[in-house]
Amino acid sequence: MSQEEVLGGLAVIVNEVAGVPVDQITLDKKFVDDLDVDSLSMVEVVMAAEDKWGVKIPDAEAKNLVTVGDAVAYIEANS
Amino acid sequence: MSRAVVVTGMGMTTPVGGDVESNWEAILAGQSGISLIDEPWVEDHTAKIAGIMTVDPLSILEKHETRRMDRSQQAALIAAREAWENAGSPDVDVERLGTVIATGIGGITSLLASYDILLDRGPSRISPHMVTMIMPNGPAAIVGLEFGARAGVHTPVSACSSGAEAISYAARMIQTGRADVVIAGGAEAAIHPITMAGFAAMRALSTRNDDPQAASRPYDIDRDGFVMGEGAGIVILESEEHAIARGAKILGRYAGAGLTSDGHHIAQPDPEGAGAARAITCALEEASLTPADLVHINAHATSTPQGDIAEGTAIRRALGSATDNIYVAGTKSMTGHLLGGAGAIESIYSILAIRDRKAPPTANLDNLDPEVTLNVGNNGPVELPQGDIAVLNNSFGFGGHDVAVIFRSV
Repeated sequence: MSQEEVLGGLAVIVNEVAGVPVDQITLDKKFVDDLDVDSLSMVEVVMAAEDKWGVKIPDAEAKNLVTVGDAVAYIEANS
Repeated sequence: MSRAVVVTGMGMTTPVGGDVESNWEAILAGQSGISLIDEPWVEDHTAKIAGIMTVDPLSILEKHETRRMDRSQQAALIAAREAWENAGSPDVDVERLGTVIATGIGGITSLLASYDILLDRGPSRISPHMVTMIMPNGPAAIVGLEFGARAGVHTPVSACSSGAEAISYAARMIQTGRADVVIAGGAEAAIHPITMAGFAAMRALSTRNDDPQAASRPYDIDRDGFVMGEGAGIVILESEEHAIARGAKILGRYAGAGLTSDGHHIAQPDPEGAGAARAITCALEEASLTPADLVHINAHATSTPQGDIAEGTAIRRALGSATDNIYVAGTKSMTGHLLGGAGAIESIYSILAIRDRKAPPTANLDNLDPEVTLNVGNNGPVELPQGDIAVLNNSFGFGGHDVAVIFRSV
């Protein structure tokens, strides 16, 4: 699975959870500071990503996913 | 210290319309918003009808908003946005802005949907928003956040009188100087197989499934129970001083409220109507009015056999012979019963009656129950007099709650 495919899928999830337009969701964006994804919404993002790619993202790992790029890399490495 | 309170904004979404003006048009025309519930689960139910909001909140709000809000919160937010705009989007110090929005049951459909997920997919798939969706103060909290209210966000819960209690609480915040502007009302969206089964078990619901629009028929001899409704009503209450200073259009005056309790039975009304009568008398006292000043009552009138008679007894007990001259309407005949939203939407209909000098009919009142000795009718709207007039809104709730609120012309 390519980086673009994961980013595309994650952008759809973040859009549904936080309402941020898909084209603004890029690898360098920080969930909390740039995309208005608070800690509760981040739980939703993690849950949806787990369902979509069949990965397990424990809380200890989720808290290290600061940027969209961090999440994409984690999903690529673990799915 | 008791400061004068006025109404400067109104908003609503109900089974008869998605905003205030469409509601009022339907209510004056006697149009019912009740229909068959279009869900497979109604099959096994004795009551298969309800009043569903005409405008689905999902068609108005953004998806990222709705996924974290219970349907009652969605309805409250839509009504609050309309009310706020209607009030001219008041420029108010947020530390002087309050929110009091009631609900009878809270986010019960979200709770039960979450329980289905728990059984089906396990605890790890429960939404992190579930708790803030199911809490009864959810609608008040969502609306308070939307407008940044910091004078206090509150949620009185008294079953079907909750919405009226919220309005009286909000007025008290202004009267006592805690706030200058308060967003107040009630919301409910609890149509679900379990609530329908519960109310049906009490034999409280109409089972006139073959004629949904005729099912809610307060005061009619053939009434057989209430019909569940959903939606929200919100008013903007403001100190008169604040409203005048910002040049707001004043729609009506909050004159007073009376809040009592029956001490009689958990669900049945006191047949003597003593508690309800005292609530009406207390409201008149706070408003410095006499029974003869009232021209119209938007009654609680749920269409249950016992409740409608008990309310009639209470009205006559409190108002005496003046009752004969007061036109009484039961608008639940059209909206169904919005539980915690009822007192709020019916307060709005009361204010609109003052504005337009028109009282709505009671739909489906074909044959008056001889035990009801009130001035009621189904040929509306009825003209109300010019000059200074006052209108009473009654709301009662399971638990023996009695709330009477009076509004006056400007």
